[in-house]
Amino acid sequence: MELLRGALTVAWKDVRLELRSREVIASALVFGLIVVVVFNFGLNRSPGSLEPVAPGLLWVAYAFIGVLAMNRAFTRELENGGMDGLLLAPVSRDAVFLGKMLGSLAFMLVIEAILLPVFAVMLDLPTLSPALGLVILLATVGFATVGTFFSGIAVQTRSREILLPILFFPVVVPVIIAAVEASALALQSGPMTGVWTRWLPLLIVFDALYLVICPWIFGYVFEG
Amino acid sequence: MRATSESPDPAVPAIAAAGIRKDYGDRAALRGVDLSIGWGEIAVLFGANGAGKTTLLRILAGLTRADDGTVHLAGRPMHRRGGRARRLVGFAGHQTLLYNDLTCRENLEFYAKLYGISGAKDRIEQVLAQMNLSDRANRRVRTLSHGMQKRLSMARAILHQPVVLLLDEPESGLDAESVATLGDLLRDWAGSGRTALLTTHSADVGLAWADRTLTLSNGRIEADAVAGSPITAGAAAPQ
Amino acid sequence: MAATAGRPAGKVSWQNAVRDLRLWLLLLTAVLTLVNGYLIFMVAPTDAVLGHVQRIFYIHVPVSILSFLGFLVCALAGIGYLIRRTERWDRVAHASAEVGVVFVTLALVTGMIWARPVWNAWWQWEPRLTTTLILWFIYVAYLMIRQYAPTPQQGRTWSAVVGIIGFVDVPIVYYSVQWWQSIHPRQVIGPEAAEGSLEPIMAQILVFSLIATLALFAYLMLERVGLRGIEDRLSQLRREGNTN
Repeated sequence: MELLRGALTVAWKDVRLELRSREVIASALVFGLIVVVVFNFGLNRSPGSLEPVAPGLLWVAYAFIGVLAMNRAFTRELENGGMDGLLLAPVSRDAVFLGKMLGSLAFMLVIEAILLPVFAVMLDLPTLSPALGLVILLATVGFATVGTFFSGIAVQTRSREILLPILFFPVVVPVIIAAVEASALALQSGPMTGVWTRWLPLLIVFDALYLVICPWIFGYVFEG
Repeated sequence: MRATSESPDPAVPAIAAAGIRKDYGDRAALRGVDLSIGWGEIAVLFGANGAGKTTLLRILAGLTRADDGTVHLAGRPMHRRGGRARRLVGFAGHQTLLYNDLTCRENLEFYAKLYGISGAKDRIEQVLAQMNLSDRANRRVRTLSHGMQKRLSMARAILHQPVVLLLDEPESGLDAESVATLGDLLRDWAGSGRTALLTTHSADVGLAWADRTLTLSNGRIEADAVAGSPITAGAAAPQ
Repeated sequence: MAATAGRPAGKVSWQNAVRDLRLWLLLLTAVLTLVNGYLIFMVAPTDAVLGHVQRIFYIHVPVSILSFLGFLVCALAGIGYLIRRTERWDRVAHASAEVGVVFVTLALVTGMIWARPVWNAWWQWEPRLTTTLILWFIYVAYLMIRQYAPTPQQGRTWSAVVGIIGFVDVPIVYYSVQWWQSIHPRQVIGPEAAEGSLEPIMAQILVFSLIATLALFAYLMLERVGLRGIEDRLSQLRREGNTN
C-alpha cells in the first residue's frame, strides 16, 4: 500500500505537470505524424499497397514516440533536481520507479490512442479490433517499463538523446516483434489464434519479467 | 502542534558519520570524515571550493552513496532503504527540487503526500507564512524570482518537520531580509533542540549563525571549534 | 586512510603467482593456437559439400560459445558487484564484457564470411544471427555506458545493471525471433545441416579448437583484469597524490 501510495503520488504529479505544459504529448503527437509522412515518402508506394507493412510502420512510429516521450518525462525531473526530491523522500525506489513508469505509460497510451485513428486513415489500416487494443496496452507496458528504467540512466549523462535509444531498442526487440506480428494478425480478417497462443503470452512474460527486475535494480541507478 | 515527528533520544548524536570516503575517479573528494553533531547545535561547514562540502552534505542526506563509511541520523542508519532516517532529515541544496509548472502550494502538496504528512493543509500554510510566501501560494514556480524559489525550497525542506536540517549555501541568492529571516528560523530551530548543518560561502553569515564551525580540507575535517573560541577565526579561513 | 607503502608480503607473492600464471597461460595459448591452426588447415578433411570455407567453422563455433560464457560471467560478476561493491567484481565484469564483445564480433564476422559463399548472402535474418547481433548491441551499450557515466562509480553500477538486464533479455530475444521466423517461412538453411554430417575427426578437432580458444579466453581475461587492477591502482595513487 505504501508502495502504491508513493507510486500514485509521483504519477499524479507527472500527469498534473503534463496537463499544465502539454509538452510531452504535443511534441510526441506532431513527431508521430511526421514519422508517418516520412515513411510514405520513403516507401513511395501506390495507394493501398502499404497494407502489408502497415503494422510495422505503426510500431516503429510508436517505438520512436515512446523514446521521445520517456526522455522528456525524465528530463523534467532533472530541471531543478526534482529527482533528488524524490530520493530524499521516505518512499522506496520501487515506488519512484513505478510512479515514473505509470506516468509514462499514461502519456504513451493517450498519444497512441490519438494517433491510432490517424494512422488508420493515413496507412489505410483495414479495421480496428479489441485484440489490437490489448496488444497496444501490453506492448506499451513493456515499452514504459524498460524505457523508464533506461531513461533513468540516460538522463544523468551528457549524451542522453543517443544513450536512451541505444539501450532501449535492443532490449525491447521481443516487444516490437510481438507487437508487429500480433497487430498484423489482429488486423487481418482471418483467424487470430497466433495472437492469443503466441504473441500475447510473450508480451505478458516480457512485461512481468521486467516489472520484477526493473524496480529491483532501479535504486542502483540513482545513487550518485 | 508536535515539534517533531518522533522525539529524538538526547543521548544519541543527531548526526553521526564515521570514516566517510568518496572518490571521483582520480580525485578523492572525502578521505575519511568523522563527524558527530549533537542536538540543538548549528554547525557550519567551511572549506575551499571543491573541498567536498556538497558531497558530504549529499552523503549525509542519503542522496549520494559513500564509497566507505557509515551515516546515522538520530541513531538510525542512512542507506538505500533507510526510509526511517529519511523522514528525519530536511535538505536544501543548490537546486530547488521544485517543479516549475506547479504552483508553490502544489509543489508543497506533492511533497506532503510523498512524506505522508497528516494535516498537510495547515502545515503547508504554516511553512508558506514562515517563508513569507503566503501571497504567492498560487503562483507557478516558474514566475517566481530566484530568491523566492530559494525560500520555497526551504519551506519544502522543513515541511515534514525534520529534526536534522542540511543546508548547502542557504544564503546564496537571498536578499539581506531573507537572510535575516533564515537566521531567525535557525535560532528557533536550535532553540527547540533540533540540529542543523550548513555550508556557506559567506564567513560573516556563517560565523554569525554557528554554534560550532568545522573546516573541511584535504577531504577531512581539519578544524572543529566551538564558535567564538580563538581557533575559529584562524581555522575557518573561508573563501 | 592512505595505505601507500609497505603492502603486506602475502599480497606481493600472490601477485607474483598471478604473473607467473599469466606467462604460462600465454605460452599454453600460443602452443594450442599453433597446433589448432595446423589441425584446422592440414589435418581436418575438406568438407565434401562446402569445401575449404567450412574450416572457418572450427573458429566460428568456439568464439560463439565463449562469447556467451563472457556475457554469463559479466552478468554474474555484475550481481557480485552490486552486492559486494568491491572493484574486484567490476574488473571481472568489465573484462569479460570486453572479451565477450571481441569474441561475438569475431563470431559475426566469421559467420558472415562463411555465409557469403554458402547462403549466397552475407546476412540472413535467422534467429541465431539476429539474436547474436542484438547481443552485440547490448554489450556495446554496456561498454559505452561506462564512458558516458559522470563518475566511475556510476559507470560501474550502471554497467552492472545493463549486464544483468542484457543477459536476461537474450533468451527472450531468441524465442521471439524464432517465432517471428517460423511464421515467415523461408528456405531452411542453417549450420544445423552441416553439424549433422560431422565426421568424428571433425568433432575431435572442434573440441581441440574449443580448448585452445578457452585458453585464449582465460588468458585475455587474466590480462585484462590485471590491467584494470593496474589502472585502478594508478587512479588510487593519483588520488593520494592530489591534495586539494
